Amino acid sequence: MIGTLLVANRGEIACRVMDTARRLGIGTVAVYSDADAHALHVRQADRAVRIGPPVAAESYLNIEAVMAAIAETGANAVHPGYGFLSENAEFAGACAAAGCIFVGPSAAAIRAMGSKIEAKHLVADAGTPVVPGYLGDDQDPDVLFAKAREIGFPLLIKASAGGGGRGMRRVDDAASFGAALDGARREATAAFGDDRVLLERLILKPKHIEVQVLGDTHGNMVYLFERDCSMQRRHQKVVEEAPGPTVSAALRTTMGEAAVRAARAIDYVGAGTVEFITEDDDFYFMEMNTRLQVEHPVTEAILGLDLVELQLRIAAGEPIPFAQQDLEIDGHAIEVRVYAENPKRNFLPSSGKLHRVDWPNGVRVDAGVETGSDVPVHYDPMMAKVIAHAPDRPAAIAALRQALRHTEIVGVEHNVGYLANILAHEEFGRGTYTTALTDDAAASLAPPDSPVPLLLAAASLVAVPGEASPWASADGFQLNLPHAQRLRLRRNRENLEVRITQTGSSCRIEGPDGAHDVRGIALRGNRIEARIDGEPAWASVYAIGDNVFVVTDGATERIEQRRLAVRDFRSIANPQGNVAAPMPGAITAVAVAEGDLVKAGQTLMVLEAMKMEHTIVAPGDGKVATINVAAGERVDEGTELLALEDQ
Amino acid sequence: MAILRSNIDTVEPSFKENAEHNRALSKALREVAGQIALGGDERSRNRHVGRGKLLPRDRVEGLLDRGSPFLEIGQLGGHGLYDDDIPAGGIITGIGRVEGKECVVVANDATVKGGTYYPITVKKHLRAQEIALENHLPCVYLVDSGGAFLPLQADVFPDREHFGRIFYNQANLSAAGIPQIAVVMGSCTAGGAYVPAMCDVAIIVQNQGTIFLGGPPLVKAATGEEVDAESLGGGDVHTRVSGVADLLAANDEHALALARETVASSHLHYRATVDAAESREPAYPAEDLYGVLPADGRTPYDVREVIARIVDASDFHEFKALYGETIVCGFAHICGIPVAILANNGILFSESALKAAHFIQLADRRGVPLVFLQNITGFMVGRRYENEGIAKDGAKMVTAVACAQVPKFTVMIGGSFGAGNYAMCGRAYGGRMLWTWPNARISVMGGEQAAHVLATVQGDSMAARGNDWPAPARDAFMAGIRDQYEHEGHPYFASARLWDDGVIDPVDTRRVLGLALTVATRELEVQPGRFGVFRM
Repeated sequence: MIGTLLVANRGEIACRVMDTARRLGIGTVAVYSDADAHALHVRQADRAVRIGPPVAAESYLNIEAVMAAIAETGANAVHPGYGFLSENAEFAGACAAAGCIFVGPSAAAIRAMGSKIEAKHLVADAGTPVVPGYLGDDQDPDVLFAKAREIGFPLLIKASAGGGGRGMRRVDDAASFGAALDGARREATAAFGDDRVLLERLILKPKHIEVQVLGDTHGNMVYLFERDCSMQRRHQKVVEEAPGPTVSAALRTTMGEAAVRAARAIDYVGAGTVEFITEDDDFYFMEMNTRLQVEHPVTEAILGLDLVELQLRIAAGEPIPFAQQDLEIDGHAIEVRVYAENPKRNFLPSSGKLHRVDWPNGVRVDAGVETGSDVPVHYDPMMAKVIAHAPDRPAAIAALRQALRHTEIVGVEHNVGYLANILAHEEFGRGTYTTALTDDAAASLAPPDSPVPLLLAAASLVAVPGEASPWASADGFQLNLPHAQRLRLRRNRENLEVRITQTGSSCRIEGPDGAHDVRGIALRGNRIEARIDGEPAWASVYAIGDNVFVVTDGATERIEQRRLAVRDFRSIANPQGNVAAPMPGAITAVAVAEGDLVKAGQTLMVLEAMKMEHTIVAPGDGKVATINVAAGERVDEGTELLALEDQ
Repeated sequence: MAILRSNIDTVEPSFKENAEHNRALSKALREVAGQIALGGDERSRNRHVGRGKLLPRDRVEGLLDRGSPFLEIGQLGGHGLYDDDIPAGGIITGIGRVEGKECVVVANDATVKGGTYYPITVKKHLRAQEIALENHLPCVYLVDSGGAFLPLQADVFPDREHFGRIFYNQANLSAAGIPQIAVVMGSCTAGGAYVPAMCDVAIIVQNQGTIFLGGPPLVKAATGEEVDAESLGGGDVHTRVSGVADLLAANDEHALALARETVASSHLHYRATVDAAESREPAYPAEDLYGVLPADGRTPYDVREVIARIVDASDFHEFKALYGETIVCGFAHICGIPVAILANNGILFSESALKAAHFIQLADRRGVPLVFLQNITGFMVGRRYENEGIAKDGAKMVTAVACAQVPKFTVMIGGSFGAGNYAMCGRAYGGRMLWTWPNARISVMGGEQAAHVLATVQGDSMAARGNDWPAPARDAFMAGIRDQYEHEGHPYFASARLWDDGVIDPVDTRRVLGLALTVATRELEVQPGRFGVFRM
C-alpha cells in the first residue's frame, strides 16, 4: 500500500501525478530546485523538499538528493514522471535498495530498453519488425560507412543512447556521411556521454505511431491502443491524438499484439510505450519508453482510464482490473503541447514571468504554471497540455481550436497560435500528415507578422481614458491641433516608429507599412475592438511595464513600447582625448599599456596624494593611444597622463 | 442635484445652420493653429533640423509623458501683431505632464527670428510663469534663444513686466518651492544666460547649447580676446569647469530624458483643496454646442444648453433659479471637480447682480472654484435703472468677483462688452485662466452702439459748428467704426495680445476646464528652507 508518494519531477506532470494521488488518499511530496521554489507543483504538494540549485544535474537529476528527500519525508513510493530520472536504471535500483516503491518497471527492464541497439535486437528476436539498419557494436567509421551503403540513402544516424532528436542526423547521400557522423557523435557525447550510433533507413512518408502497454506483477499484459504522434517540430512532438486517424482496425490489432510481445520479452511491469514508425500498413519497432508518456492523456480520454492510478495500483501489487477484450475506444482525443518558445525564431525557448495565464473551459488542461509563475531557463519549456475529447475527430479538432482561441498566456513567447495553425491545416484535417508536415508547411504554420496586433497595441495605448485625472489620458490632446503623437514600438527585435493621429474613437496610424485607418475603437477592460481599414479586428491587450501584449485567438504578440530614457544614451564622458591628473601627487602604478583596449571604469593608473591612493579610471570605452607618465613620476594637477582614442 | 434637460431640437433647420456656421469658425481656428504650429519658415526649420536639433514642438512632445495632454497657453500670441510673422510669439508655452507631474513648459522657437524675445514673447513667458506660481507647477525651460529682439529693445528690456521680470519670477518661484529646470538646447546669451543660471537644475547639450553673458563677437569688441562659442560657454565648459550647468547631454533627446528624470526626482507633494468626485460625461454630446450657439450673436438662447454640455452628467444644482433670471448660477462638477458656475442669460439687472454677488460669496466660503461663462452686452441702462442704483448693485458683484479667493476661470462664450466684462471676471480680475470661443467678441461696447455713440457725438459737434453732415458721410463714418470694432473685438485680435490664454473650440471646453481645474485645486507642500549664511 502506498502511503506517501514522492514525485521526482516538476511542472505539469508533477501536478498531474499528485492530482491522482490526492484523489486516492495518498500523501504527496514534491521536490524542487531553487528555480522552482514558488512553482505550482511545490504549492500543490503536502510537503516539498529542496533538492538543489537550478541546474538539473544538481537537482532533478541528482539521485542522491532525491533519495535523501525520500528518506527525510518517509515516502514509501516515488513517481518519476517523464524525463529526468524516469528511465534511469540506477535510480530505480537505488529506490528498490532503499525499500521505496519505484512507480515504473524494474531496473533491468529500463536497462534492456535503454540502449536502442540492444532493444532492437531483443524485440526483433521476439518477432517484432524493425527498420532495416545497422545496430552493431563495431563503430569504426569505415564499417559504419560500408553498412550505410548496404542500407541505402537516405538514412538516419542516431545516438544509441539517445532520444529527443539529439545526436540524430539525416544523410541524403554517401558524400555527406562522414561529416554527419562526426556531428552526430559530438552531439551524442555531449548529451549522453556515449558516442555510439546506429544507422537506419529513412522512411520517406513516416508516421510516428506508438502503442500504450500495461503490464502487472501477475503476468497480465494489455495494450491500450495507439497514439499518432507524427506532428513534430524539430523531432519533438507537438500534437498527439488517439486513435490514429489512419490506423485500420486490423493494423491496430497487429501493432497492439506486436507491442505486447515486445514488452513481454523484457517482463515489463507498469505503463510503457512501444514506438513504431509506420508507412502505410508497414510498421517497424523504434524504441520502447519505459515510463509514462507526455501524451498519455489522449489514451486516458478515449478509454476513460487514469493511467497514473493504474501505475500506482500496479506498483502496489494489484492486478490490472480489466482484460484486453474489455477495452473499447470511445470517440477521439487530441492533445496539443503548449511550449514557451518562439515559433517565429526557430522555436527558441522563452523564459520569464507569466503575467497572466487563462486556460479555456470545456477541455482538459494539464498545466504546470499559472498566473504569476516563472518559466525558468533551466528546463524543458513545456508549460501545459490542452486535451480535447469528442465523439469523433472533426468534433475534437473543432473543440480544441475553440479552446485555443480562449487561451491567454501573457509574459513569455509561446506556441498557441502555431498550434492553432496546425489544427487548421488541411493535411492535419485529413489525418494523413507525416512527421515532415511542420517542415513542409513551416511558412503557413508560422506566417509573417500581420500589422494588426501592432495597430491594436498602438490604438490601445492612445485609447486609455484618463483615470482619476484628466491629465492621465494618453491621446495627445492639444488645443486646436491634431491629437498626434509618435510611438516608438518594437516587435520581434525590430524598431518601428508610428505616428498616431486621434479623432474621437478613430485614429490614423502611419507606420513603416503605410497608413492605416483604425475606426470605432472600443476598449472595455482589456478587450479592444476596432475596424482596421474596414476589417474587423479584436484582441485582449495587456500593458505590462514597457510591453503591450496583444492576444488574438490564443496567439500572443509582444509589442514593446517605451521612450528613450537616460540609460539608452552612451555615457558622453568623452572617451577620446586626454586623461588628466585630478590633483598633484605621485603615480604609483600604470595598469595599462599603449594600444590596450579599455572599458569605461577600468583602472588606468593609481595616483597617491594626501596619503590616499586615487584610482584613475577610463572615462569611457576606448583604446590607449599614448601614455605620458611612468610609475614613480610626480605630476601636477591637470598633467595629461594618457590619451584615449575611439577603438 | 438635477439633470438639465435639453430643449434643443437637433433636426431643426436653425440648429443645422448654427452648426454649419460654428463648425466653420472652428475649422478656421484649426487652420490658423496648424499654420502657427509649423513655427518658422521652411528654410529655418530645415536649417534647425539639419543641425541635429529637434523642432520645438517635438521637444515638448519628447519632454511630456507619452500622449500627455498639452494645454497650450497663448497659442495665437503675436498673431498679426507685428509686420513680421511671429508664430506663437516665438515661444511655446503650456502645461503638460512629465513623469506624472504637471509642469509648465516654456520652449523657445529658434526657427522664429532665432528665438529672440519680442514684447509678446516676454509677455507669454511671464504669463507662463504666473500660471506656474498660482498653480504650483514646476517649470521646464527649453532654452534656444538669441535674447532680446534688439530693434524693439525699448519695449522688451526696461519696464516692470519686461525681460528682467523673467529672472525675478524664477527666483521667487524657486523660493516658493517650485522647481525651476532649464534645458539649454541652443543659445542663452546675455540676459538669457540667467535662465539656466537662475534655475535649480540646468541641463546642457554638448556642442549645441551655449551660455554666456557676452558672445564671441562682443568679447572680441570688448577685450580683443578671440574665442569660439564652445570654449567660451559650451556644455563641456559649463559642466566640467564653470559649474553653471549640472548635467551634460549628448543631444536633444538625451537632454529631454535627463529633464524627465530631474522632474521625477523633484518629489513634489500636493494636497487637494477640494473633494473630487468621479468624472462623468455630460448627458448631451459636446458637438451639439455648434448647433446651440446662434449664428447671429444677438439671438438669445438658454445658456443652460451650454452648461448641460459641459458639466458632469449634465447635473446642475441651480441657485435662485426664480430670481434675477438673467444670470444662471449653480453648483456642478467638471471632470469630478466641484465648481460654481455663473452664466449670463441676458442683460444684467440689479437683481441679477445681487444674486451673483450672493452666489460668489457662497462659493468662496465653500472653497469651490468659480467658472464664469461670459456672454454679456452689459448692465441695463436707462433712467429707471440708474435711479434704482444699478451702479451700486453692479459694484457689489464686481467687488465679490475681485475679492473672491477661490480659483476663478472665465470662458468668453459670446459677447464681452463694457462693465459686464468686469462683473463676469474679465482679464483684469485675476482669474487663473481665461479662454475665448471663436464666436466671441470683446470690446468696451458693441460696434453698433459705438458707431451710434460716436456718430451722435460727431454730429452734435458738427451741428454746434453749424456744419452739415450728409447721410452718406455719416454712414461711412459709422461703417468705419463698426469695422474697427469688428476687427479689434475679434477673438484672434484679443488672443494675439494675450487678453486671454487661448481661443478654444467650444467642444474642448469641458476638457480644457477639467485640465485647468485639476491643477488649480491643490496646494504644494513645501519643505521650509533652513540654512545658515553661506560665505560664497
